[in-house]
Amino acid sequence: MPRREDIETILLIGSGPIVIGQACEFDYSGTQACRALTEEGYRVVLINSNPATIMTDPASADETYLEPLTIEACRRVIEIERPQALLPTLGGQTALNLARELAIGGILDELGVELIGADLEAIERAEDRERFQALMLEHEIGVPRGGFARSVEEAIKVVAITAYPVIVRPAYTLGGAGGGVATTEDEFLQLAEGGLRASPIGEILVEESVIGWKEFELEVMRDGADNCVVVCSIENLDPMGVHTGDSITVAPQQTLSDREYQAMRDTAFRVIRAVGVETGGSNIQFAVDPNDGRQLVIEMNPRVSRSSALASKATGFPIAKIAARLAVGYTLDEIPNDITGVTPASFEPSIDYVVAKIPRFDFAKFPGANRRLTTAMKSVGETMAIGRTFGEAIQKGLRGLETGVDGAFDPALADLSDDALAIRVEIPSAERLFEVVEALRRGWPVERLRVATGIDPWFLYQLERLSDAAAEAGDAFPTGEHAVEDLRALKGAGFSDSHLARLWGMTEAGVRGRREELGVRPAFKVVDTCAGEFEARTPYFYSSYDPGNESRPLTGSKILVLGGGPNRIGQGIEFDYCCVQAALALREAGHQVIMVNCNPETVSTDYDVSSRLYFEPLTFEDVGAILAHEQPDGVLVQYGGQTPLGLAVPLERAGAAIIGTTPDAIDRCEDRDRFSSLLSSLDIPQARAGFARTPAEVRREAARIGFPVLLRPSYVLGGRGMIVVRSEEELERALEERLRLSGAHPLLIDEFLEGATEYDVDAIADGERVVIGGIMRHVESAGVHSGDSTCWLPPVDADPAVVATLSDYTRRIGLALPVRGLMNVQFAERGGTVFALEVNPRASRTVPFVSKTVGVPLAKLGALVMMGARLEELGLVEDPTPLAIAVKAPALPFAKFPGVDPVLGPEMRSTGEVIGLAEEPADAYLKAMLGVGIDLRAALAGPVLLALEERDAGTEIARALERDGAKVETTPVADAPARIRRGDFALVVSTRLDEPEDAAIRRAALWAGVPCLTSVAAAREAVAAVRGAGERLEVRSLQRWAALAQC
Amino acid sequence: MPVSRGIRARLALEDGWTALGRSVGARGTTSGECVFNTCLSGYQEVLTDPSYAGQIVVMTYPLIGNYGIVEGDAESDGAQVAGYVMRECVRNPSNWQSSETLPDWLARHAVVAMEGIDTRALTLHLRDHGALRGVVTTETLDPEAAVARARSVPSMEGRDLTGEVTVREARSEGGGDLTVAAYDFGLKQNIVRRLAEAGCRVVRVPATASPAEILELQPDGIFCSNGPGDPAATGAVIENLRRLTREAPELPTFGICLGHQLLALAHGGSTYKLKFGHHGGNHPVQNLRTGGIDITSHNHGFAVREETIGGRRVVAGAPELEITHVNLYDGTVEGFRHVERPLFAVQYHPEAAPGPHDARHHFDDFVAAMRARRGNRV
Repeated sequence: MPRREDIETILLIGSGPIVIGQACEFDYSGTQACRALTEEGYRVVLINSNPATIMTDPASADETYLEPLTIEACRRVIEIERPQALLPTLGGQTALNLARELAIGGILDELGVELIGADLEAIERAEDRERFQALMLEHEIGVPRGGFARSVEEAIKVVAITAYPVIVRPAYTLGGAGGGVATTEDEFLQLAEGGLRASPIGEILVEESVIGWKEFELEVMRDGADNCVVVCSIENLDPMGVHTGDSITVAPQQTLSDREYQAMRDTAFRVIRAVGVETGGSNIQFAVDPNDGRQLVIEMNPRVSRSSALASKATGFPIAKIAARLAVGYTLDEIPNDITGVTPASFEPSIDYVVAKIPRFDFAKFPGANRRLTTAMKSVGETMAIGRTFGEAIQKGLRGLETGVDGAFDPALADLSDDALAIRVEIPSAERLFEVVEALRRGWPVERLRVATGIDPWFLYQLERLSDAAAEAGDAFPTGEHAVEDLRALKGAGFSDSHLARLWGMTEAGVRGRREELGVRPAFKVVDTCAGEFEARTPYFYSSYDPGNESRPLTGSKILVLGGGPNRIGQGIEFDYCCVQAALALREAGHQVIMVNCNPETVSTDYDVSSRLYFEPLTFEDVGAILAHEQPDGVLVQYGGQTPLGLAVPLERAGAAIIGTTPDAIDRCEDRDRFSSLLSSLDIPQARAGFARTPAEVRREAARIGFPVLLRPSYVLGGRGMIVVRSEEELERALEERLRLSGAHPLLIDEFLEGATEYDVDAIADGERVVIGGIMRHVESAGVHSGDSTCWLPPVDADPAVVATLSDYTRRIGLALPVRGLMNVQFAERGGTVFALEVNPRASRTVPFVSKTVGVPLAKLGALVMMGARLEELGLVEDPTPLAIAVKAPALPFAKFPGVDPVLGPEMRSTGEVIGLAEEPADAYLKAMLGVGIDLRAALAGPVLLALEERDAGTEIARALERDGAKVETTPVADAPARIRRGDFALVVSTRLDEPEDAAIRRAALWAGVPCLTSVAAAREAVAAVRGAGERLEVRSLQRWAALAQC
Repeated sequence: MPVSRGIRARLALEDGWTALGRSVGARGTTSGECVFNTCLSGYQEVLTDPSYAGQIVVMTYPLIGNYGIVEGDAESDGAQVAGYVMRECVRNPSNWQSSETLPDWLARHAVVAMEGIDTRALTLHLRDHGALRGVVTTETLDPEAAVARARSVPSMEGRDLTGEVTVREARSEGGGDLTVAAYDFGLKQNIVRRLAEAGCRVVRVPATASPAEILELQPDGIFCSNGPGDPAATGAVIENLRRLTREAPELPTFGICLGHQLLALAHGGSTYKLKFGHHGGNHPVQNLRTGGIDITSHNHGFAVREETIGGRRVVAGAPELEITHVNLYDGTVEGFRHVERPLFAVQYHPEAAPGPHDARHHFDDFVAAMRARRGNRV
């Protein structure tokens, strides 16, 4: 069928801030959809509150609304833009829920908007678990026994027919939030209550536990002519009971016979047809009883998902792009397969490699959180790896995590007693795979581990082979007639040079050198969707130690761009935005771009973005192999966050030409001594600082600097392990519990500027000129990580003299280093003195936020400057002015980690961000808060609970709140946590961060979903915003903002 | 050390491509036409599919043997491939139904197989140079000698292999009320299962059965099975089919794969050898009448030639056979039907095994045609 001509404008809804369970995979799908629909000639209108995304780049859509994802904002956008259609299936659960509400509320009908892809009925049938279950039974499709409950009483009735253990799943929540497994009545009651609350419709599903069953997923596509294909099958290493987002998974499925697999495929098609998803991708999850092969359908997502991003990257079949085309009328056979160019999209990819996806966790940032993996997702990112063997895929994936391991073996576990290991392997956790490998290394039988873990023996045998191979590798580099063969076998099983170096008592460089002497080098193979049956046009490669090499080095000017690896707190989508912008800019300028990254969620790993994609871990070994093969003219390390930056020096030593700011200049910023002398030479004040390698040195330096001090490890991003210490006693406690000192990376100790106002400056420099992209003022005072601070751009309410100093200092530093490309400087100001805290001569987390607010593509220009362009040539000589007042607010994942005290500190913990854009500061602030789910007007209407520090009490804030009409109660308040849970308060302001009782108050607020402000500064801004905001929050697209600025 | 060495085996092709790997299954030397198969699962069905007689099958998926051997999933009584080449043969399978490991099965069925080959590199070579004659050997490890042996392997073109895989005498399976006379050119067991499930008694008859022997069975329909070799080389079989379809034009007739090619030849059509054939479970086939697409299972090295007469796509040389299905990968003929008679055939495998079930409806069509004829006669 041809493209629909009755549609002119299509509205796409994005997924909002990055949160656990909804990450940059929806930027990938949204960006693909925008591109596909634009290519088809439609006018695309996009709404998304997340400024860090690539889809919200003004070039992606015709009208881009950076607005909160609320019914009201969507309604206004529809009223202004009058789209004929809304495509709700590419923006995750957020978009789907919003579209559903817009439909149910009659807004779509009223304004003549048609849902395409999936209609309201299909969404309801898939998302309403009760209807889904009934539908499956009606079609005689197996589902777990169970039922629905809207109250605890109803839940108890259901549990009577299922018996324990049972799974509790709240309806319409992300990443299984609020769900879990109960084995006792107490656990059940607790889960049921929490689940009812977590569900936006107050409903939970209580069902037969299939914990320990095998788990599979099929990614299915259907077109308007009812053609269905499976794009990819996925098998989870972790059995049912661990959320699929937290599971290690492999593709394709391994342990089903063809007969079983085809039966599953048939069922998947019956499900998608029964639900009635008209066109597009769906994800269907299955549980399979390991004892008799019984297959049950667990759930289906009538939209693209995290798994479909994975499936797209695992097979080369771009699900989102094709889903967008199907939604506007095409059938699968009318869409070409980009990779072959000659075959249609109506086929099922065949792959000739093994794909492993491994989740990345950040539990270290949430002390007190339960680390056991459950049905509620907790991982913050993932990495994918491709290999010709299971070992190659899984070990590449594990070293791509960048958690300090170089494969499936964690030497630190050798010290664990057998008893301790036996206990640990039974608990699903981020470390369990390493524990299982350690157990296999100790000779524990596969059967014992199967019983202990529920992991299918297929995986255990594969891991056992790795363990055997490590044992057989001997204690010295192989020699003799079989040396090449033996070495090739080890490398083909995924063993890294650094691991082999450990086994053989050598250095990594030593292993590499001798390996290369023997000619044992990786070859690069193509991901082609068809297992080699057709020639591939799209250059998408992975490395392997199978000999056939299919990658001929590119000719002409070529630049290698290193991506950011798996998302983690502090290093996420912002850096992917920068890498993609660099790729686009460099290609536009006539260079070829080679992208290296291992994060399947991202746009940068879309093979369309660069001239060539290598899906590889960002380690020195893996990147070095690509470098040796491609011999690029330059390597861009400054855009992917700390990961590639950490590779700058070793890569340069290996002969790479690092473009832009030199590694030496980078080192001047990273090395404390050199940094300190740089600032001194420029007459820029700095906080007192020192470093220490031993506890004694820590004590001495702290005493010299004077409390309070800020402690942090060097060379980390996102403030990992960063703490404020206010006294000797606290220091002793920290030395005992929190601080790990390592010789290689000493501990940094800084004077903590209590009460100071922090600023972030993003700038671009070419060695001759520094242009300030934006100056941001943080709402929270020093001590809160910049990534977690709410901030203003321009720096509303800042002293102009301070702002002038910030610009001046930034220019001095940028010229002195000199910076060629992007830079970010963090400052603190107290009593009129501006201190430079740190300089990051690279892309910062705020680059996309600033670029969109000022209407200048800083990352693109930065990339061109790195290639030698002068800012003047690029037409950027003056500091740009913001198009509007912008507020950036953090999305915090505390709700996913019950038991954690939800306060902000020097350690970054937000997973994402939103923007509020408006003409007036108050409106911008309200929008930003709405973007993270806080309706300040409702919250400030009260009742408000105030639990303030002594120095905060009696400030104007309580009076201000009362004056504005709210009922205010001030602690001590009897039974405060219980009353918060009961819903007695609309807002909690809690600034006593060290009181255990107050932590209970904050936890109660978190549990009850009541907004909780933890600083007086934030409360003050909130009051001002509510007072100053207009009657109605107007929406405006980025393109419109830019046009107005031109006038 | 050692990591995993094992017995050496060599793969050599007629054009000089050769690689050393490890022996799996039986030792010795085997020869045949080297083809690649892109199915992700279903190795057991592939190994036991009689259509692979005379062929060395290269699996593109690198892990073969993951779920072991499952009783009841075989397509014939034993191994049918001439040889088998894998990247890695899995020795520790896992599946609740698994009764034997693949390497044990290969040894028990005396299949000369090997692993440790870069099967992707080999597949690209076969794709670019076409299916090639080759040997797998544990005896001739010297590359030049092995290549010389590969060059002495007879070509698949012009080879009639139906005699090697057909039943010796007629045999009946299934107990339905409809009788299907099924020419066994290498009949896959799943075709018998499908027909039996649809209510047929299936009488397998030898490839050489004469029209008289067939009609003596008083069948409700005639089925022409899949099978190995060059269809054009089966002179007597084609002649028998020609006579049979003339003598009993009203009998519903259905052909799959080689059966599809033979029915075309019996009507005056012609076939040709594809460069590297279709062997996999993911080919899109479009129904020209409805536009609908089935993802289908494939295993063939030859195809039926087509021509366009007056805007109609028909089998070249047989204008009464109208093309009904085409392959969306390469446009080749995937099915035809007789414009007047209840005769139709498909190049792909609606019985799947291995592969998707999308095209199962052809069996229903065949059964419906047989029932319709019965209805007419009553």
